Amino acid sequence: MWIYEKKLQYPVKVTECNPRLAKYLIEQYGGADGELAAALRYLNQRYTIPDKVIGLLTDIGTEEFAHLEMIATMIYKLTKDATPEQIKAAGIEDHYVNHDNALFYTNASGVPFTASYIQAKGDPIADLYEDIAAEEKARATYQWIIDMSDDVQLNDSLRFLREREIVHSQRFREAVDMLIEERDRKKIF
Amino acid sequence: MKDFTTRKVYYPYVSPFDPCPPITEKVYSTPAQLYLGFQPENLQQFTPQEALYAGTLWKVFYDPYYGWYEKGREDQ
Amino acid sequence: MSKKQLPNEFYTMMEELQTVDFVLVELTLYLDTHPNDYDAINQFNEYSHTRQTLKIKFEELFGPLQQYGNSYSGYPWNWDDPPWPWQI
Repeated sequence: MWIYEKKLQYPVKVTECNPRLAKYLIEQYGGADGELAAALRYLNQRYTIPDKVIGLLTDIGTEEFAHLEMIATMIYKLTKDATPEQIKAAGIEDHYVNHDNALFYTNASGVPFTASYIQAKGDPIADLYEDIAAEEKARATYQWIIDMSDDVQLNDSLRFLREREIVHSQRFREAVDMLIEERDRKKIF
Repeated sequence: MKDFTTRKVYYPYVSPFDPCPPITEKVYSTPAQLYLGFQPENLQQFTPQEALYAGTLWKVFYDPYYGWYEKGREDQ
Repeated sequence: MSKKQLPNEFYTMMEELQTVDFVLVELTLYLDTHPNDYDAINQFNEYSHTRQTLKIKFEELFGPLQQYGNSYSGYPWNWDDPPWPWQI
């Protein structure tokens, strides 16, 4: 089972009420390479992978939920007290007329989350390469969001999340090494 | 030999008919996980406080990315 | 009407907890692929101890961090007292 902890993994601070940034961030909430997709992808792969990498998938999958909560916190803070004028100026009135301030799992263009974002091939190598690619794509997405944002405090939290993608990618690469039994061995070719 | 960097560059083709002013240099990130292989034991760590704000416990993985409006962008 | 705001001490202690917990997250992922690194396991156990002490201290002042019995309850039931993490 899972135990919730009443704390964020990393402090989230937002400088100003800016719903436009929320529009970009929703990509990492309900987008193809977002935190929800990541959490569900890794936790779901655990059932069909060798025992020695199940712990890693469990722990990274769990950390992704902590990241999902950080993204939710950013969106919550950026839109909490926004006026209708600010909503319109940010170009998120189409979200607003359907959901008001509610968060909804979509990407930045409003496309709803779908299970087809999550691959599960049942082949350990195919699945781990999928995971490595997912981490690199999430890293890139954070870069492009940071490029679009002028909120220095928000960028600090986004930099943390981008850095986590780097470490996760490293661990998945090591998981592949463990499965091909190449760790600590000289190359034979 | 050039100093090692995790930022690599390519130079897109510029056509005389490109409508926008050309960006002649495109930079992309290639962080440490692409080079390190299986992490060796006892690599240098940040202090716990530094680690949290760096987003990693190990110095080798630290690769900050700054936005257009931020200081630090020049070095990217 | 506004509700009571958190004292500065809350933010300081929360950050302390986030700091120690982050080391533990990093060591956890590392040990998942390096199960025989003796020094890293020692470091993990040290931080695990620090984390438990810190949790008790934090909860005495600001209420439970976890529930389902992973934390003690005050009276009345204080698990669902605001603020929640996204509200602070």
